Amino acid sequence: MNNEQLNDRNVSDGYFLVDIEDYPTDGWGKFKRVIKRTFRGELFVGLWVVLREMIRFDTHTIKYPEEKMPIGPRYRAVHEMKRLWESDAERCIGCGLCEKICISNCIRIDTRLDENSRKEVSEYTINLGRCIFCGYCAEVCPELAITHGGEYENASDQREHFVDYAGMLTPLDKMKAGTQVEFEGFGAITPHEDERVKKTPLAY
Amino acid sequence: METAYLIETVIKIVVILLIFSALAGIGTYFERKVLAFMQRRLGPTNVGPFGLLQVAADGIKLFTKEDIVPSGVVGRIFKFAPVITAATAFMAAAAIPFLPSFTLFGYEVHPIVADINIGILYILGIMGIGLYGPLLGGMASANKFALLSAARGAAVFISYEVITGLSILAPIMMVGSLSLIDFNNYQIDNGWIMFAQPVAFVLFWIAAFAETGRTPFHLIANDHEIIDGFGTEYSGMRWGLFFIGEYANMFFISFVISLIFLGGYGDGSLLGALGFLAKVAFFFFFFLWTRAAWPDVRPDQLMWLCWKVLMPIAVINIIITGIVMM
Ligand code: SF4
Ligand code: SF4
Repeated sequence: MNNEQLNDRNVSDGYFLVDIEDYPTDGWGKFKRVIKRTFRGELFVGLWVVLREMIRFDTHTIKYPEEKMPIGPRYRAVHEMKRLWESDAERCIGCGLCEKICISNCIRIDTRLDENSRKEVSEYTINLGRCIFCGYCAEVCPELAITHGGEYENASDQREHFVDYAGMLTPLDKMKAGTQVEFEGFGAITPHEDERVKKTPLAY
Repeated sequence: METAYLIETVIKIVVILLIFSALAGIGTYFERKVLAFMQRRLGPTNVGPFGLLQVAADGIKLFTKEDIVPSGVVGRIFKFAPVITAATAFMAAAAIPFLPSFTLFGYEVHPIVADINIGILYILGIMGIGLYGPLLGGMASANKFALLSAARGAAVFISYEVITGLSILAPIMMVGSLSLIDFNNYQIDNGWIMFAQPVAFVLFWIAAFAETGRTPFHLIANDHEIIDGFGTEYSGMRWGLFFIGEYANMFFISFVISLIFLGGYGDGSLLGALGFLAKVAFFFFFFLWTRAAWPDVRPDQLMWLCWKVLMPIAVINIIITGIVMM
């Protein structure tokens, strides 16, 4: 591929430059423009358009508390902690990457060794008062453990109260019912990933 | 005779005041609904059936809100300015026949407060005074945006008044009277003046938009500044008076246009009266319609339009009318 192809922005044949008339400079030209604009009837086009919309009565209002818009699966609202499908155990391995990458420094994680000498998360908090919902934590998590959820209706005295670790974790009964929903946004594996993998043309 | 006349007039005044104050409120409801539908929204829906009681809610809010008079304003003028707008709007209504005369309990009622022989002159004059409300209010507000708005008000004022006066001159020449009832009766025999004077009709209609300060000439209280122009410092019922004045003005000017150009209530039959109300409703609706459809013009554009385009056309129209009548 050469550079010409890259620099050619006319991705389809339908593109054309808008024909803009020169601004009239003399009095006669201005007069002609006024006459043309006056009798072209554009004002009536405007009137017709709004009247048509009124008659069609195709309103787009969503009466919010009663009706809600479906939000996208990639929406980044308050975080969730996922569990493993196989064992219902927490996916988080306590690697601390999310704490490290968080650009607002709002994740605080602490780990300890449990009785089997396995690492276990002893403390995990997200200060949602500082979180900017950038999604970096979800992106960096190697286990797809921390993700964003779709819950945007929160109310509390403080934003910090929106969620705690126990609340973030997928409830066990949900796991039993097999209804845990994988996050499709940041950090998620794209569908058909295998087909898209390409060989790196470098000799390592 | 004298006492009966006095009582009748007082009753008429009270009825007109009540009806049009209420209509001004309902007018805001219709404006919000129509605008909303045209913009594919729903408008007020929650208060009462179809949001109809929104008007009452707004009224209660306006009446009970604290009336703030900021420090630094020119107190007396600041307090008086909204009254000018509302009062002049209703004063202008005195010379407007709202319906044909009808008989009620064997008593003939003329639904006009005073059929004075200078009706149109009086209405235009009083409506012209109405612009002192925004002007004085804006100047007295000690607020730069209000002051600018008042300046724009002055610019509008000196532009449209010429057109209003000149455009209506030709119909007046044809009718030979300034009373709106004479206008109405003239059109019974001679057809609507709209067809005889289409240019004057359009000119007066355009001027009516400037007169009431509606889009596309909504540049006194310039919405694009996000604040309410001359009304910036006003609160509560004082601001509400500006509002009532504006909407009452819209209704009254709709009546005037229908009377002068569209045959008014015709021969005074029930059908004529209903047709009259339909015409008025159309003109009121058109005010809302244009608000949804058209952009605002700048003050300099309005002055350009009025002085350089509309005024010559109006003068030519008068001359041609004169030649034809000779
Ligand atoms: S979304 Fe961004 S700011 Fe919020 S916790 Fe994750 S990394 Fe930190
Ligand atoms: S990056 Fe993922 S696995 Fe690592 S500590 Fe954070 S949540 Fe746990």
